[in-house]
Amino acid sequence: MARYLVRRLIMLLGIVFVITVGAFYLIHLLPGDPAVVILGTGDSPLNRAKLFAQLGLNKPIYEQYFVWMGNIIHGNLGTSFISQTPVWGTIKSALPIDLELMVISQILAFAAAIPLAMRSAKKPDGWLDRILSAGSFTLLSIPSFIAIVLLVLFVAIDLGVPHTGVSSYVGLSTDWIGNLESLSLPSFVLAVGSFVVYYRVLRSDLIATLQEEYITMARSKGISQRRILWRHALRPSSVALLGTAGVNIGGLLAGGFIVQYLLDIPGLGYTLISAIGLSDYLVVQGIVLVVCVGVILINFFFDFVINIVDPRISRE
Amino acid sequence: MSSSPLVREMIEDATVRDTPPRKRRLGILFWACVGWLILNLLAAILANVLPMKNPFFQDYAVVNASPSLHHLFGTDDLGRDIFSRVVFGSRVSIEVGLGAMFIGFGFGGPLGMLAAYRRGKFDTFLTTFMYIFLAFPAIIATIAVLSFWTPRSLLKIIVVVGIASVPIIYRVIRTATMNIATKDYVIAAKVQGATDRRILVKELLPNVAPIGVSFLLIGVATVITLEGSLAFLGLSVNPPTPSWGNMINESRAILQTNPWLAIFPSVAMCLFLLCLNFIGDRLRSHFDVTEVKL
Repeated sequence: MARYLVRRLIMLLGIVFVITVGAFYLIHLLPGDPAVVILGTGDSPLNRAKLFAQLGLNKPIYEQYFVWMGNIIHGNLGTSFISQTPVWGTIKSALPIDLELMVISQILAFAAAIPLAMRSAKKPDGWLDRILSAGSFTLLSIPSFIAIVLLVLFVAIDLGVPHTGVSSYVGLSTDWIGNLESLSLPSFVLAVGSFVVYYRVLRSDLIATLQEEYITMARSKGISQRRILWRHALRPSSVALLGTAGVNIGGLLAGGFIVQYLLDIPGLGYTLISAIGLSDYLVVQGIVLVVCVGVILINFFFDFVINIVDPRISRE
Repeated sequence: MSSSPLVREMIEDATVRDTPPRKRRLGILFWACVGWLILNLLAAILANVLPMKNPFFQDYAVVNASPSLHHLFGTDDLGRDIFSRVVFGSRVSIEVGLGAMFIGFGFGGPLGMLAAYRRGKFDTFLTTFMYIFLAFPAIIATIAVLSFWTPRSLLKIIVVVGIASVPIIYRVIRTATMNIATKDYVIAAKVQGATDRRILVKELLPNVAPIGVSFLLIGVATVITLEGSLAFLGLSVNPPTPSWGNMINESRAILQTNPWLAIFPSVAMCLFLLCLNFIGDRLRSHFDVTEVKL
């Protein structure tokens, strides 16, 4: 187990290294003068001098990388030339919103997916299974942006659920009821997206697990169906579920941007898109970096959990 | 790319062991979906020839009109015909979807097959390289590149999305090829002294192709969704060129006065995606090697 984790950790560090190089060289890969791109609309002789000092732009490229990397390790992602605020501060104020959205939507998705997948797997091709399978397949084909537009149109406007305007977002510390209200629509959309994935994965895995011999054995001992499902079948089947959840939650951190943008939730995705709109290069670079590393850490965490659930994996 | 659940199921399926395929009928729904896709393709190709209104013509006499015989889907806030904009808009989605997958399969397909057939150092190196790229969230990378690579054009979107899709296609094709490369008939061909080229083209390709095709369809659907998201961020084609994403995005400001502008492109897009996913999924289980996924 320890050896396995160490191996994964080394790979993780390798990937993080590649990602930092990627995020760093992004600017040099693109045509045009990096200084012009980084400064964006904040291009002035004063800012230009500051930029050269900050990034060491007149040094060779590999030295620039080390300067940049050194700054990052010290928690300094640079100072935006457009808003004149430190990039790390911007990220720090947006990140909790993403985390909250993620937690709420995942709780909802798991709470719906696990019991429903069990119901389906109990009687494959039964009426409930058919309805749920067809429904989940349809939901899979509805992009989140369409779901939001249609939900706003048909539900949110009528029910008075907050759906637009930065003003509709309420911080958790100011008013938690208002906060939950303002997050209800985005977390619902994200939860539905995750639910569909979890349901499909868990269902097909459970059907396979329920055909195993030890389940037949348990049945012949007269153990109740409920106990077989929860105690005997869920644990082996949850490996696939957890693996999918790892990828999916990582994807949420990166892919939730469209939901945030459409509903004006000032999380990382929203900040990223407004930074793109302002051509605020340093903020974009910082968020890309944080999100990429976050995605990888989440995947690593789920690898770890899967190992606890099924220790056979690390022995292979 | 990697965020699509169907893609992940594909990969799992490509890795499973082999039992003889069951003969199964594709069903009426499958052919209905094929028909709908062909209809969409034809409409997109023939949009210029068909007797349709100009998608750019602004008729201020009928602004935000409801559907009628004159304007089948109604008009938008500038008096443009929504029906012809939906049809012309499908061009962008189809071009991006097919173009990006052309690039992705052009690189990922041959590399995946070669790596799985040759194995050895070449395979190890390439696979490690691709896995590192897979760890990079493709959506974020795409947005980051497109947002600073100005001026934007459809071709750039196709290139960026296409390159971003190479690692995952490589992975699917490689696992699929590896399952086949160890089969008796391939070994028999090798023993008979068939050339590598012959084995790759005559023995491996026909057996990898079905998996490739069903993955291609699901991939196109994923790319179309991605293009729609890019359109919302203003990173896709510039207005007034219609695209489904653009239209839905434009509709947000006048959602309550003119819901038709949101509904029709949304329905068109969802139906198109549903058909692609359904055909891909059906083909996969048709050629599928196991019963694990019922």
